[in-house]
Amino acid sequence: MTVPADEKDYIIEVDHVSKSFGDKQVLDDISLFVRKGEFVTILGPSGCGKTTLLRLLAGFTQVSEGSIRLQGQDITAIPPYRRPMNTVFQRYALFPHLNVYENIAFGLKLKDTSSEEIDKQVRRVLKIVGMTDYEERAVDSLSGGQQQRVAIARAIVNRPQVLLLDEPLAALDLKMRKDMQLELKQMHKELGITFIYVTHDQEEALTMSDTIVVMNKGRIQQIGKPTDIYNEPVNPFVADFIGDSNILNGIMKQDRLVQFMYHDFECVDEGFQPDEHVDVVIRPEDIYIMPRNNSAMLNGTVQSCIFKGVHYEMTVITDHGYELLIQDYNQFEVGQEVSLIIKPSDIHVMRKELNSNRIDGTMADATHVEMLGGTFECLPTPGIEAGQDVTVTVQFPKVDLMDYTDEGAASGTVSFILYKGNHYHLTITTDSGEDIYADTQDVWDDGDIVGIRILPEDMTIQAR
Amino acid sequence: MKLKGTLMKRSNWAIPYALFLVLFVVLPLLLIGVYAFRTNTGSFTLVNFTKFVQQTETLNTFIYSIGIALITTCLCILIGYPAAYILSNSELTRGRTLVMLFILPMWINILMRSLATVALFDFMHLQLGEGALIFGLVYDFLPFMIYPIYNTIQKIDKSYIEAAQDLGATRTQVFTKVIFPLSVPGIVSGIMMVFLPTISTFAISEILTLNNKRLFGSIIQDNMMMSDTMNYGAALSLIMLIIIAITTVLSSSDSEELNEGGLI
Amino acid sequence: MNLKKILAQSYLYLLLLVLYAPIAIIIIYSFTNSGSIGQWKGFSLDLYTNLFTGQAQHSGTIYAAIANTIFIAIVAATCSTLLGSLAAVGIFNMRQPWKKSIQFVNDIPMINPDIITGISLFLLFVSLGITQGYITVILAHIAFCTPYVVLSVTPRLTRMNPNIYEAALDLGATPFQAFRKVIIPEIKPGMISGFLLAFTLSIDDFAVTLFTKGSNGLETLSTFIYADARKGGLTPELRSLASIIFVVVLVLLIILNRKSSKSVKEQ
Repeated sequence: MTVPADEKDYIIEVDHVSKSFGDKQVLDDISLFVRKGEFVTILGPSGCGKTTLLRLLAGFTQVSEGSIRLQGQDITAIPPYRRPMNTVFQRYALFPHLNVYENIAFGLKLKDTSSEEIDKQVRRVLKIVGMTDYEERAVDSLSGGQQQRVAIARAIVNRPQVLLLDEPLAALDLKMRKDMQLELKQMHKELGITFIYVTHDQEEALTMSDTIVVMNKGRIQQIGKPTDIYNEPVNPFVADFIGDSNILNGIMKQDRLVQFMYHDFECVDEGFQPDEHVDVVIRPEDIYIMPRNNSAMLNGTVQSCIFKGVHYEMTVITDHGYELLIQDYNQFEVGQEVSLIIKPSDIHVMRKELNSNRIDGTMADATHVEMLGGTFECLPTPGIEAGQDVTVTVQFPKVDLMDYTDEGAASGTVSFILYKGNHYHLTITTDSGEDIYADTQDVWDDGDIVGIRILPEDMTIQAR
Repeated sequence: MKLKGTLMKRSNWAIPYALFLVLFVVLPLLLIGVYAFRTNTGSFTLVNFTKFVQQTETLNTFIYSIGIALITTCLCILIGYPAAYILSNSELTRGRTLVMLFILPMWINILMRSLATVALFDFMHLQLGEGALIFGLVYDFLPFMIYPIYNTIQKIDKSYIEAAQDLGATRTQVFTKVIFPLSVPGIVSGIMMVFLPTISTFAISEILTLNNKRLFGSIIQDNMMMSDTMNYGAALSLIMLIIIAITTVLSSSDSEELNEGGLI
Repeated sequence: MNLKKILAQSYLYLLLLVLYAPIAIIIIYSFTNSGSIGQWKGFSLDLYTNLFTGQAQHSGTIYAAIANTIFIAIVAATCSTLLGSLAAVGIFNMRQPWKKSIQFVNDIPMINPDIITGISLFLLFVSLGITQGYITVILAHIAFCTPYVVLSVTPRLTRMNPNIYEAALDLGATPFQAFRKVIIPEIKPGMISGFLLAFTLSIDDFAVTLFTKGSNGLETLSTFIYADARKGGLTPELRSLASIIFVVVLVLLIILNRKSSKSVKEQ
């Protein structure tokens, strides 16, 4: 995230905030700075902690660690009813015993506003959300979209400094959602209020936001402008979550030269170690496809071709066996031999966080190590004794996944799947709560429960 | 084949019970109406109703019963509402055990509970009478007030409370502006479960007042038990039924969703 | 804040104390052989032994009353459960306006005070010229218990996948087989709580039984106690009996409650 010149620009500062519910850590060291008037979207899959973060801002739950400031004032311990922020709830939470007018007037009445003023304000916001003449209607007689508008009106009538929106469009159908996206964006412009918007819909985030905060597993993955997030994702998760992409393993041969799919490509990235292992991202629309000719970088065969309205979406198998997703305005027949070209500026290289699994464990005896919530057989390692804390290194392809949990020494759930062109890179969250990674040709689904097996000869054990 | 087709449609599975309901619920209630407008010999008459209006003793008992029922209901709300609110507030109490303890007495025979009340009064050397009657009735029916109120508050969507806080409501305001209005259906349903049974109670008033005070239910019972006043008894039952119908219609608009979830 | 919690808790416990004091007194005085409550004549199990050795004043009638109560409750609860479960499935799959009307009639016995239910059934049996006794009491009990069975089965149906019955028929099951092998397993918890509920209600009933038992000397526990109390004062042995009943009902309800809180957790 870019550092602004003046710190006073920040309206909200989330400072090293963590949150746990019992043993379960939901937010892990979150820091986030929001400028006045900004439209910030917190984006992530369900369970990533985005709603918890919003509830911390609203004051419905308390932080476990860290602090939250509003215009420089610490509001960490301030109850929700004294925070100058208002929330648009996911399922609207309109009071069923009150009509549209009374719902919107609720906050103003609590502040002892005069009834003429309330009248004026309610009419003002009803006009903003396009619901004039609905004052007397019972809220349960309204459609989803209308309830949504009333919920927004009820929040903005209090002139909050920050408007918090918790997946406000999730319950609407596609057409309505598209319309409301534009309207919300328009409202944001007109009201000049800071919007903090939570969603799991990447397209919504790209359309509406000034800044996107991508979250996963309780951590912020990346903060940036929509174009930056799309073009320069920092890791495979962000690349995969935002838009379609081809993600491949590569090796940085030198500055501006990266090898992947058995071919050296020119690129624009610098500052890597020689021969450093990297992840390469290429968006499907950035691969140029043409009939087979000899001057191209890569050759392949079209495996499938689907018309998507504006463009065709094709999968091409390269001669070296990599599967690539390509979008192009021209149609190529299935089975047709084609050539591919990728421009240097369209290749995005990302540093790898890990090249192999490094698992903390404890030696049970000379030939058994306890880790990942199970006991694995291993080869005796000189100098390592029973009871010693060790780090076990296992290459990604050496982690075997079993259909039945009792076939493995430990078990876990497939929590993230990344297709790397010729194999899957899986994240498995073990029952003990650790993540390990496996490269495999087998097809697994998100949420599959698997047994984890590692052969003794595939483990390298070092003292910790 | 035709039989199989009939069985196949699951909606037809309710037919036996529908017939049963007609025979054992609808028809008997209609019979109350029929008997109420008949003399001993079976001819049509209105004398049973004129007798009710003219006989001051019955009318007085009727009015007295309504008075006692009102007092009992009010006391049940005053005592029961705070209890239900505390029980449903997770910040103040934990676990279902306490709730269960409050509901349990609901399932003990009302005669036994009344006898137990007598035992308590004996034990404390208190005189039986009107005081014992009201205490006994409140004691008997309090769980029936607490339970529906508890149930309604419990089911209030947490996001309403958060929304109210978000809009600036303090704890007290959250209660007065959101929780209380939303719990009104529970109170209404509690009133239904206390007020009506209290008017129609019999046996209990005799036990608790040593036969000094009688409620409307006792009068109905006395008349029903003798064959020559059976028609008069039916007429009194019909009056009771009309009160039930009116109260139900008045309250049903508010408490439609309350029957979900069962009693335990 | 903490003070508030203490106040709230003390209020609840005070109420519970009042609520349970009368029951506690009966149980305490069931362990002394005295003519009336409030008069402690030393600890003794006489009232319990009298009850079981038949030395109480009306022990013959007490035994008969206990047996009648249990017999009637078992028969009525079984019939209600079968009738009500079948009906619940039927009603659940009915269309408006039939669904609404049958639900309305189903609610009537639950809204009506017992005395009205009792009187209406009494008039039915009188006008049909049926001699009142076991049969009429059981029919009456089925009439007011079945609505509760319907009520406890319906939530299970709401939660059930609506297509599994069709799936069973599609795979070759007859309607009866589909009911037995697919629907019953799904609604079983509801049926069990419905049965226990019906059983408890039947044991507890007083008013309906009083009006439908006839005059041939059929007594259940409630009517016996009523007659006894009417004669002035409670037979001392009834204190021990009442204590036993309290405990039985308590245990039944705890089982029932465990079941339902378990099913809540399963959700």
